[in-house]
Amino acid sequence: MSVDKETVRRIAKLARLALEEERVEPMMNELNQILAWVQQLEEVDVAGVPPLTSVVAQKLKMRTDAVTAGGDADAVVANAPESEDHFFVVPKVVE
Amino acid sequence: MSLPTNPTSFTLADAREAVRKKEISSRELTQAFVSAIEGARTLNAFVTETPEKALAMADASDARIAKGSMGPLEGLPLAIKDLFCTKGVRTTAGSNILSNFIPPYESTVSQNLWDAGAVMLGKTNMDEFAMGSSNETSYFKPVLNPWRARNSNRNLVPGGSSGGSAASVAANLCLGATGTDTGGSIRQPAAVTGTVGLKPTYGRCSRWGIVAFASSLDQAGPMTRTVRDAAILMKAMASVDPQDSTSVDVPVPDYEATLEQGVKGLRVGIPKEYRIDGAPPEIDAMWAKGAEWLKAQGAEIVDVSLPHTKYALPAYYIVAPAEASSNLARYDGVRFGHRAKGAHDITDLYEKSRAEGFGAEVRRRILIGTYVLSAGYYDAFYSRAQKLRTLIARDFTQAFEKCDVLLTPATPGPAFAIGEKTSDPVSMYLNDVFTVTVNLAGLPGISVPAGLTPEGLPLGLQIIGKAFDEATVLRVGRSVEQAAQFAAKPEAWWRAA
Amino acid sequence: MSKMIMGAQGEWEIVIGMEVHAQVLSVSKLFSGAATAFGAEPNAQVSFVDAGMPGMLPVINKFCVEQAVRTGLGLKAQVNRSSVFDRKNYFYPDLPSGYQISQYKNPIVGEGEVYIDLAGGETVRVGIERLHLEQDAGKSLHDQHPDQSYVDLNRSGIALMEIVTKPDMRSSEEAAAFLRKLRAIVRYLGTCDGNMDEGSMRADVNVSVRKPGGPLGTRCEIKNVNSMRFIAQAVEFEARRQVDLIESGGTVRQETRLFDSKLGETRPMRSKEEAHDYRYFPDPDLLPLELEQAWIDTIAASLPELPDEKKARFMRDLGLSAYDAGVLVTERELADYFEDLARGIDAKSAVNWLNNEILGRLNRDGRTIADCPVTAHANNTILKMIADRTISGKIAKDVLDIVWSEGGDPADVVRARGLVQMTDTSAIEKAIDAVIAANPDKVEEVKAKPKLAGWFVGQVMKQTGGKANPQVVNALLKTRLELPEEG
Ligand SMILES: [Mg+2]
Ligand SMILES: [Zn+2]
Repeated sequence: MSVDKETVRRIAKLARLALEEERVEPMMNELNQILAWVQQLEEVDVAGVPPLTSVVAQKLKMRTDAVTAGGDADAVVANAPESEDHFFVVPKVVE
Repeated sequence: MSLPTNPTSFTLADAREAVRKKEISSRELTQAFVSAIEGARTLNAFVTETPEKALAMADASDARIAKGSMGPLEGLPLAIKDLFCTKGVRTTAGSNILSNFIPPYESTVSQNLWDAGAVMLGKTNMDEFAMGSSNETSYFKPVLNPWRARNSNRNLVPGGSSGGSAASVAANLCLGATGTDTGGSIRQPAAVTGTVGLKPTYGRCSRWGIVAFASSLDQAGPMTRTVRDAAILMKAMASVDPQDSTSVDVPVPDYEATLEQGVKGLRVGIPKEYRIDGAPPEIDAMWAKGAEWLKAQGAEIVDVSLPHTKYALPAYYIVAPAEASSNLARYDGVRFGHRAKGAHDITDLYEKSRAEGFGAEVRRRILIGTYVLSAGYYDAFYSRAQKLRTLIARDFTQAFEKCDVLLTPATPGPAFAIGEKTSDPVSMYLNDVFTVTVNLAGLPGISVPAGLTPEGLPLGLQIIGKAFDEATVLRVGRSVEQAAQFAAKPEAWWRAA
Repeated sequence: MSKMIMGAQGEWEIVIGMEVHAQVLSVSKLFSGAATAFGAEPNAQVSFVDAGMPGMLPVINKFCVEQAVRTGLGLKAQVNRSSVFDRKNYFYPDLPSGYQISQYKNPIVGEGEVYIDLAGGETVRVGIERLHLEQDAGKSLHDQHPDQSYVDLNRSGIALMEIVTKPDMRSSEEAAAFLRKLRAIVRYLGTCDGNMDEGSMRADVNVSVRKPGGPLGTRCEIKNVNSMRFIAQAVEFEARRQVDLIESGGTVRQETRLFDSKLGETRPMRSKEEAHDYRYFPDPDLLPLELEQAWIDTIAASLPELPDEKKARFMRDLGLSAYDAGVLVTERELADYFEDLARGIDAKSAVNWLNNEILGRLNRDGRTIADCPVTAHANNTILKMIADRTISGKIAKDVLDIVWSEGGDPADVVRARGLVQMTDTSAIEKAIDAVIAANPDKVEEVKAKPKLAGWFVGQVMKQTGGKANPQVVNALLKTRLELPEEG
């Protein structure tokens, strides 16, 4: 498996990373170098092996249904690049 | 006890005793480190220094000491990796995208330290989002290793990603520091800076408030000058946290209490797969010496096999980027962090903010991670890699039927020069070849300084233990430390004139 | 009602499946301790977890898990002892982490079923594919500024149950009936308030068309159809659009469409035009959700009687018709009200009273059964007074009006105002005598036209202030006027 330039562009779009056209080919080469290396895993017979779901044996913790957070809109928007009346502001989104 | 002339060369344990005995105040101790940090800016170990906060915390500590209420780390100055969110103090993760982020909350691990009475000196430099093994991916420029080869003034890397923490411990800029280890990011920098680094069992330290890189692998741990110091700091950092679903509910033992119990009767496994072609001869020599030391102290040395070791790094470079690609999606320029100027719509805003905000290595890993999770590739990559983790974890389970701990080299070589490995990502990734298996299996591992190369650069040995058996790992580490008699310190070439 | 729609080239069958998002009635969010109350100030109910801040981690709300199990049991579905939370990755301004925590391959609830009753008396089974737990997204306001959108994360992280049906519905009527029935079930269970106005229940409707019996056509997903009325409209419009498109030589593109309730139309969603690749993978911040069978059993034991069971019981034990029973069980409050109302009296007359008197007045006043001013018990008292002939049916309505507007106990009202029915024949006979004496011409007329007897009954009732027992009046009049017994 190796990626072509079109795949690199598609992946960059999915990841929302602007990729200048002249960077597509070098990036393709870098990704293919890494992919070729990780493909060593294909040597291993993994039939019947379950994927690891958690490294330590324990049950999922659950909380009780109680309000313990929130109530501080100032803190929520304090780091926002742009906010107004406690709303985050972004360029207009068309649905 | 005879006190060193400069309190910055105290071990954490020395300083703890001096403070308890009121031989030195927290303020005096803290001031000494604040000055040392100022004088060591050449190393670029800190992204943010917090001298005022440090002195205020020291004064508060002195007030508590005066009242006789002392925590286990009372008045002791520490450095915090800039991956731990610190309330009201900028937290960057070494990235431009978080270069102006001020968390309104404190990570559980750092809070545990402050609750124990410790003092914060500042936030240490690191590879961007903990992705790197040399600290060269930091947006805030590389950290320099305090160590240089004999008769050389070439700058070396301090390892990574916890390179700033490792350098500041090695250069006596703090008594100890926090690190995080996803594929070796505590143990590898510890090894190449002549310091001690412990990655505990996954789930031992809360991940709450630590900027996530790869959630199933990330674990915080201590970086110190001695094994005892690591035991002290480990105890304070660890806790069961109801805010982290993967924090494990097992009691945290008093690691210090069992530290000196020795290795008599312990079985130490030597995994044959850790002997790699092309490693410098001093690595194998150091490893053999380590086994001899432990044998001499009464341990039994047994040969074991971890057959899937060679697949650990490739599996890691699927799992970690995949998780990272998702964990880093939140850096989008909307709620915090860098926002690109002049974006004409929301997609443009995302794409530009993220391209400007992330460095090359982070972008590369996001793309790899996005690719391996994308439609049609999940089974071939992510699912297969997670199956490999099962096999790697089984290897360890089987090995631990024959032994109590494993002894391995910590790194494939000593610190390398800045710029030496940046052009080839895979060669950089190979730095973690001995450490990454431990993360994939969630086990505890420590790197202990064991000696110097012929060029005078430190090397470390790694001890790997069973899950939640940090106590034994530390105990064996202490035995290695005692046998190695590692006393070398780097010359303070960086100190401002 | 025909389920086919007619095109230029013959009949087409509509195939409908639904994905319903039902908000769990919890006070805090699925993975954080922020509040869920409706209508808060922007970002006032947002924890650092909900805002996707660096280093924040999810911890699951046990109550929400319990409600999902409860709902699954109510849908007669299989509850999975082990399920997994996955991340669904995509970028959107109201999705703070860049992923939604949802369940993909291993949901908490598997296959189940819902039965819907149609107006014609037909019952249709709608298969449930699955129910899973997931986080809601925040809300973007697009109409506050010409070139900016405003993002409020108060909804971000609220627990939703996504209930997915099989493509088992064949008409807009069935789709609407399904949603009504599902709403009734979750409201009975108390797991969701079913409030569509506040967005606590939203439906995405998948519509395709095919030649009867042919292979399934390409479907379009219509997003957020947020009222019962719009569902029928949206389905009708979309099916017609697809038929027209196919018949004019086009092909239906699988896409997400938005229903415009002002225009009654569906249109493609701009924001969903890009092909999505959600890159699902198990959320490494969470472990698999393992449930104890004993816990599931405890929840099962606490389930209330559900609409279908209640309906069956009303039919079996009270002798109600399927239609009457079906109407009564749509709302738990209504069914409960009815049961209190009907206690110890004829069920059919209780249904009639409820439908004609109570619901009529509620409708007039714009109220619901939950805030009915007269209790079921008071109504039961009124109906019992009719049954034991203390009052007439006519007086009963007056009593209800009095109690409706002034409150009080119906028995007291009847006593205090002297509304007790006259059953004493001599008093009624006296009134009849008076009416006959005053209207000799009418007495002649009635002999020829026996239908005029009704006029006499009315006069006698007037004389007695409505208190005479109408049956007694009828019988006595017949004798006095020498009218023949009716057929
Ligand atoms: Mg859906
Ligand atoms: Zn959904």
